[in-house]
Amino acid sequence: MTARPDEIQPPQPPPLLQWMRENLFSTWYNAVLTLASLAVIYLTVTALARWVVFTADWRPVTQNFLLFMVGQYPRDQLWRIGASIAILSLLLGSSWAIWGATLRTFGITLASMYVLVAILPFKSVTPAMRVFMLANPALIYLTYWLAKRFHWSSRPLLIGWIISAVMVWFLLRGLGVGGFLPPVPIGNWGGLLVTVLLAVAGILLSFPIGVLLALARRSSLPVLSVFSTIFIELIRGVPLISILFLFSLIVPLFLPPDVRFDRLLRALVAMTVFSAAYMAENVRGGLQSIPSGQIQAARAVGLSNFHTTMLIVLPQALRKVIPVIVGQFITLFKDTTLASGVAVLEILSIARSVLQGTPEYLRLQAEVYVFIAAIFWIFSYSMSVASRRIETQLGVGQR
Amino acid sequence: MYLAISNVLTAASQRGLSLGFGFLDQSAGFPIAETPIPYTPSDTFRTAFVAGVLNTLKVAGLGIVLATILGTLVGLARLSSNWLVSRLALVYIEGHRNIPLLVLLFLWYRGVLTTQLPGVRDAVRWPGPTYLTQRGVFMVWPHLTPSGTPFAVMLGLGIVSAVAVWIILRRIRERTGRATYFGGVSAGLLILLPLAGWFISGGQPLAWEAPRLQTFNFVGGVHLTPEFVALLVSLVMYTAAFIAEVVRAGIQAVDQGQTEAAKALGLNASHVLGLVILPQALRVIIPPLISQYLNLTKNSSLAFFIGFPELFTVSRIMINQAGRAVPVFLMMMGAYLAMSLLTSFVLNIYNRRIQLIER
Repeated sequence: MTARPDEIQPPQPPPLLQWMRENLFSTWYNAVLTLASLAVIYLTVTALARWVVFTADWRPVTQNFLLFMVGQYPRDQLWRIGASIAILSLLLGSSWAIWGATLRTFGITLASMYVLVAILPFKSVTPAMRVFMLANPALIYLTYWLAKRFHWSSRPLLIGWIISAVMVWFLLRGLGVGGFLPPVPIGNWGGLLVTVLLAVAGILLSFPIGVLLALARRSSLPVLSVFSTIFIELIRGVPLISILFLFSLIVPLFLPPDVRFDRLLRALVAMTVFSAAYMAENVRGGLQSIPSGQIQAARAVGLSNFHTTMLIVLPQALRKVIPVIVGQFITLFKDTTLASGVAVLEILSIARSVLQGTPEYLRLQAEVYVFIAAIFWIFSYSMSVASRRIETQLGVGQR
Repeated sequence: MYLAISNVLTAASQRGLSLGFGFLDQSAGFPIAETPIPYTPSDTFRTAFVAGVLNTLKVAGLGIVLATILGTLVGLARLSSNWLVSRLALVYIEGHRNIPLLVLLFLWYRGVLTTQLPGVRDAVRWPGPTYLTQRGVFMVWPHLTPSGTPFAVMLGLGIVSAVAVWIILRRIRERTGRATYFGGVSAGLLILLPLAGWFISGGQPLAWEAPRLQTFNFVGGVHLTPEFVALLVSLVMYTAAFIAEVVRAGIQAVDQGQTEAAKALGLNASHVLGLVILPQALRVIIPPLISQYLNLTKNSSLAFFIGFPELFTVSRIMINQAGRAVPVFLMMMGAYLAMSLLTSFVLNIYNRRIQLIER
């Protein structure tokens, strides 16, 4: 029944119309739904656009932009944060070239955020900062190009990430010797800087603890497995806010009176402990998915218990749970907002204090919280897109 | 370990903290804005704590029901063959999953409910006697009239007997294969018994009390405070986005061949969904749904940030008021743990039954 080329075909509807007929107007109730949705979209979009452009008063955001980003970080030391951003740009560009498209999502997101900071009318952002922000996307692309051109390998890059993490820490915190890099008290850090710091440090610290807890829970030693099971279930059974208060109110009672920790540090410990319990369950899921044949085979080749775990089980298990861990990072990133309850100056507490501190902002609450929500949304959404990319790259769904 | 304990004891004696639970019988001395049980500042700490627990249960229970409904609707919309509806659901899901619940809460509480809504005098009138104001939502609420007792009794009887009849007749049908019309019979009971009660109580069992505007505020009806509304709305909208994904994944996990096979056997559309797709989808849906319910319950502790007096907020005040941080903390964590364990216990039993029926 193949059609002869000279046969007259019935006229086909144009592709767009056909698509609309199949996807929007296939039945009468679908047509009704489509029209209703169009009405909803029209009403919300116009109302939102009118609010964003005309009604909303963005002064609390534009006048305090630097406060939202870095808190009370000394304004004459801002170059240190700039240097950290530049280091991140360099690493991100080369990582994108070597580790592929998952980091591209993140690179593009960050680059567009930098451009937005450069062009939007934020009051406290100086022209020099704007130029610097515009330079960063170029920096990302430059290292991307260099890494592609000269075939950089991945091991030095990994070491580069670790070294720069340490460098950035000392850059931001200060050295305190010889007047160069005067120390900045952690109490002065704030805003998005602290949010990102809490999330990144929290996930990095909770990862090894979580892996150990998961291994302990599956251990054949009853003491280990019972203890870690109780710990995990206890932590997972109570809200994060109660853990935060536990570490800021109760734990100091258990320490010698002369030991004092910074608020931020206490919040970080609480977030780490909380996140480690969830991490342990995620890792355990990965461990359980390893067929026992793998372990038996490893034994048969003569590997010790330790080597079986380290060389055979963990690498396969961790590979499988990477998307879940990214998901957990997103959760942790969002959960950092709870630290505002224990007086950590992350971005949400900055928002609250800005709103409380200025009487004329009293009715401009929606504007500030929409701004905060937008920041979180952009970061979380780009990470979840990246995580879906990793999933397809690893072929997790295909097995 | 020894060091930690001795540290606590030293610190406790130094700061005049006591680790006992004796304070529970003392007068609490602080007011709680809204309580499901009668409470005054002269009541004991124990009563205050119970009021907090009940407030948590109230907001969590209501939240779970509403979030399940909204989440299922959005999840089904996500699977709609209509491209636009599916995209709208996607926008809703991604819009809510990627912002922190606390920011959503502040957005609703500070951004909308307490700043954008008008004062009591020019309240937004919803269709019907429902008023939206800065001071919360005022709604009509039914009250039992003096002659309404038979109706209430019959209503309760109708619900109980309908459930019992459903279970028994269904089991008989499963065992013998005879048609027992369990759906029709129990629906009939559910309608007929309360209807009989309605007539016994003279046709006037309920009085609908509408809120009326008086000099300074609305009186009558039911008053939902902005704190409660903000907490409930943000918990429901946030959790619904996650439940929608759970529902979507569960339905998609059922093989397409199942639908085709069921249709080939001659089942009609509602039987395909009810007897083939849903039981299999539920097996996938229930476990992650349980963890979403637990998340919602734990997340209700964010009420602390807007001052809605649930378990965590009340515990926090009790710590300041009684000066006993450790016992109050133990009680609070114990209450949360009990709620988590109880919810997962009940739902796990249900889950096990579903899994068993299928095999």
